[in-house]
Amino acid sequence: MTTHAPRTAHSVTLPTSLDEAVAALTAMPAAVPVAGGTDLMAAVNKGRLRPAGLVGLGRINELRGWQYQDGHALLGAGLTHARMGRPDFAALIPALAAAARAAGPPQIRNAGTLGGNIVTAAPTGDSLPVLAALEADLVLAGPAGGREVPVSHLLAGRAMLEPGELVAFVRVPLLHAPQVFLKATGRTGPGRALASVAVVLDPARRAVRCAVGAIAPMPLRPLEAEHWIASLVDWDGERGLAPEALVAFGEYVAAACIPDQPPAAEGEEPPPLPPAVLQLRRTVSVLARRALGRALS
Amino acid sequence: MSNDAATAIPAVDAPRQEQEQEQPVRGLGASLPSADARAKAEGTFPYAADLWAEGLLWAAILRSPHAHARIRSIDTSAAAAMPGVRAVVTHADVPGDSAYGRSVADRPVFAADVVRHHGEAIAAVAADHPDTARLAAAAIIVDYELLEPVTDPEQAFSAPPLHPDGNLIRHIPLRFGDPDALGEVIVEGLYRIGRQDPAPIGAEAGLAVPRPDGGVEIYTASTDPHTDRDLAAACFGLPPEQVKVVVTGVPGAMGDREDPGFQIPLGLLALRTGAPVKLAATREESFLGHGHRHPTLLRYRHHADAEGRLVKVEAQILLDGGAYADASSDSLAAAVSFACGPYVVPHAFVEGWVVRTNNPPAGHVRGEGAMQVCAAYEGQMDKLAAKLGLDPAELRMRNVLATGDLLPTGQTVTCPAPVAELLQAVREYPLPPLPVDASEEDWLLPGGPEGAGEPGAVRRGVGYALGMVHMLGAEGRDEVSTATVKVQDGVATVLCAAVETGQGFSTLARQVVQEVLGVEDVQVAPVDTDQPPAGPAAHGRHTWVSGGAVERAAKMVRTQLLQPLAHKFGMSTELLQITDGKITSYDGVLSTTVAEALEGKELWATAQCRPHPTEPLDEAGQGDAFVGLAFCAIRAVVDVDVELGSVRVVELAVAQDVGRVLNPAQLLTRIEAGVTQGLGAALTENLRTPRGLVRHPDLTGYALPTALDTPDIRVVKLVEERDVVAPFGAKAASAVPVVTSPAAIASAVRAATGRPVNRLPIRPQSAVVHPTP
Repeated sequence: MTTHAPRTAHSVTLPTSLDEAVAALTAMPAAVPVAGGTDLMAAVNKGRLRPAGLVGLGRINELRGWQYQDGHALLGAGLTHARMGRPDFAALIPALAAAARAAGPPQIRNAGTLGGNIVTAAPTGDSLPVLAALEADLVLAGPAGGREVPVSHLLAGRAMLEPGELVAFVRVPLLHAPQVFLKATGRTGPGRALASVAVVLDPARRAVRCAVGAIAPMPLRPLEAEHWIASLVDWDGERGLAPEALVAFGEYVAAACIPDQPPAAEGEEPPPLPPAVLQLRRTVSVLARRALGRALS
Repeated sequence: MSNDAATAIPAVDAPRQEQEQEQPVRGLGASLPSADARAKAEGTFPYAADLWAEGLLWAAILRSPHAHARIRSIDTSAAAAMPGVRAVVTHADVPGDSAYGRSVADRPVFAADVVRHHGEAIAAVAADHPDTARLAAAAIIVDYELLEPVTDPEQAFSAPPLHPDGNLIRHIPLRFGDPDALGEVIVEGLYRIGRQDPAPIGAEAGLAVPRPDGGVEIYTASTDPHTDRDLAAACFGLPPEQVKVVVTGVPGAMGDREDPGFQIPLGLLALRTGAPVKLAATREESFLGHGHRHPTLLRYRHHADAEGRLVKVEAQILLDGGAYADASSDSLAAAVSFACGPYVVPHAFVEGWVVRTNNPPAGHVRGEGAMQVCAAYEGQMDKLAAKLGLDPAELRMRNVLATGDLLPTGQTVTCPAPVAELLQAVREYPLPPLPVDASEEDWLLPGGPEGAGEPGAVRRGVGYALGMVHMLGAEGRDEVSTATVKVQDGVATVLCAAVETGQGFSTLARQVVQEVLGVEDVQVAPVDTDQPPAGPAAHGRHTWVSGGAVERAAKMVRTQLLQPLAHKFGMSTELLQITDGKITSYDGVLSTTVAEALEGKELWATAQCRPHPTEPLDEAGQGDAFVGLAFCAIRAVVDVDVELGSVRVVELAVAQDVGRVLNPAQLLTRIEAGVTQGLGAALTENLRTPRGLVRHPDLTGYALPTALDTPDIRVVKLVEERDVVAPFGAKAASAVPVVTSPAAIASAVRAATGRPVNRLPIRPQSAVVHPTP
């Protein structure tokens, strides 16, 4: 036996369908749903979490795949990072696949799930900026039936999971256009993002959508930079842009996400950012420039 | 390229190939596999965390959440009243000495009135379930009065004393040569080295079992069992004979393991409850509990003549010792003595201090002191080369140390010092090809396979570093080891209290006995303190002193074995030789097998090995303080994404002074492990402690190198110049690559970016090249 494994989870339920899972959670509201457990069990081992009961979601097959629904993909919350990283998935939603492949070492990717990444809502969660850029919606299942909530509302705290509710699916638009996810870790091996950027092209709406992860509690969307760069792109011809435009986009995104400090008094120069923050801003700028460059090339 | 990196096959180099042609299968020079390798690979090897005893209790330690605080009161009543709790102990329950320490007894077993660092032990609990023990520990109410922590070592000099012993743990003002000497060229630099943690892969664990005679047995992964026993016995108020430390499987040791701070609470609880008590640390506790590498601030001024020959080195070295002295004094001695590196320096003035702060205590970590100064003096050599317009390798070549030269401590280098040969070997080794023709998928870019790297932003750099360490304890320490070799029924047994930490001592002991006695089957007995002391597993000691003791004992047994035969044939034992299990005389007349000669006999002998004495450094930092020295040259090749500042080490070419290769396979693994530990210190490993509080004490926050971070490690040359005073002529191999590789990587990043890179680990902002407007 290990010395710190909990024996506090007195009740473990292993439902095989979504309805059973909702029923189990409703029956025991203090129970915690667990899928891959890569975040949850680490918290349990550290003694930060002592769940009264666990509802294991690993046997619910309907959550482990995806289906198509009027131009969208309905992704099961139990999709593992390893599954999302495979080429067939990458052909559908390339940025999400790239984020999944970058999400950690193989052991983590084999266990960790899309739904878990969303619910944990760690600032460094790799799938989150991609979902924010895709403007994905969550399909929640609960005792009162299903409802839909934009991912960003949950991450921003505008919407909360009600007792007994589960993230069942993630609805993602299929855009049939290049998407890029880039992350800087400061090392060669797998690591947490220092900053990450997702860039998604939406040719039907003639839009570029961008989200920056890991630098704030939730992904940030530089909306003005998106609109400006979308107006420069020749959507009907070669979509390429001049290198100067890419550089300007990178700087626009970085300055929007990591703004200057307000000046001490009216009319004065703003105080300089600390070196570490400036470095982070440079990193975001480079990532955004490279991501857009790759998406348009 | 990515294939190479992913599979990380060590380079097969010239010296290794030669050995493969006529490699022996037993004895010295054979690549004998470790006896426990298979069990470790299969997961069946028992470590301390696997120990079990009937009816055991579980311990938990309450640790301070503050870096500096006065304790107004400790209330254990709620914890003691919890069902299942069998004992709660605090400072008031320590029957013997209330403090301990390797050099000075300055560290309380449990904090009594003051806590001086985050994670300091305050109380311990034994209960019938690990969760109960943890909850009970959390239920102890400690009333703290928070004090301002002193976390900047530069403030320690003027801060009020944090301890009755004061804040200055040791000061060495080394003075060598003429203080007025001046060079034509002068370069200055300020360097900062971070806090590397040994981060052993197995966290601390142990089991204490009370004995009927009132004593206690402690089963744990100690690396210095006799010292630990003596310190623990003094705190228990017991004579050392009543305390026994039994060494169990060691799950990785890069410094001291399971120090007394872990063993004493465990033993106390067993003595108090009369039941076996087990304590297994979590990863977080492990980071809080053991010693780290000294964070160091170094200020250097190098003087050289116009040809680049060093004239004078001035340096100020400040080591942050943390809250307690531990082995800090040794680290400072190494830092000051090797402050100029393996270079000839006619005049040297080095001020070294190690001070007390409210940071977590620093301890013994492989290459301590030497690693920090290597990063700094090699940074200076790069600066000097740039200023003189010389090739950095050429500048180093003009200054290398050789046998017969003086160290700045006034000690003459008497051992082999093939520094020039080492540097030449890494200089000549072909550079890895540029991946210009490889497809982008095959090019492992900085940032990794799924990273953001872009070939257009990548610059390659090549850097060099020369490092040195001392072997064995320094400054007059009595470095003795005792071993017994016993032969019975054709099986030889080695009894020696040298701990097998994974460094390969037990394999070496088997090889030595095979070599001397010709006996194939050699067992190495488990280690406990009932055996005579062999000292700590540190500073490459055991190959030297314990290996030497095993060799002597085996030779004594050999004489006993051969004496009757020699007598029978009227010749001296020197004329008989043992090869391949056969005893033959010089003229071939006599030939018998070892097995036959051993028939029905039980032979044994005990011997000691004690190297020549050393002396402490005097008030000017002078003295013959070291028994032996080992050297290493490393050439690093790095790729830097200069926009993001991400660094990938492409290749590390190592040439090392090893004296003699005793086990080629094991030697290569030691060098690879050392180089990789240095890589961690260079790029990612830094235990951050803002305001004295350890941040991210886990392996997600503390980034150890993975297979993807680790480059091709090419051991291009092993210089085998035997050290005549060392047993077998061999030198310790583990520490010197740790010392050298961070400096080589920093040098290569400097070459790639043109940035000063004066801080380890190298942060992305130090490796970014800003576009010139």
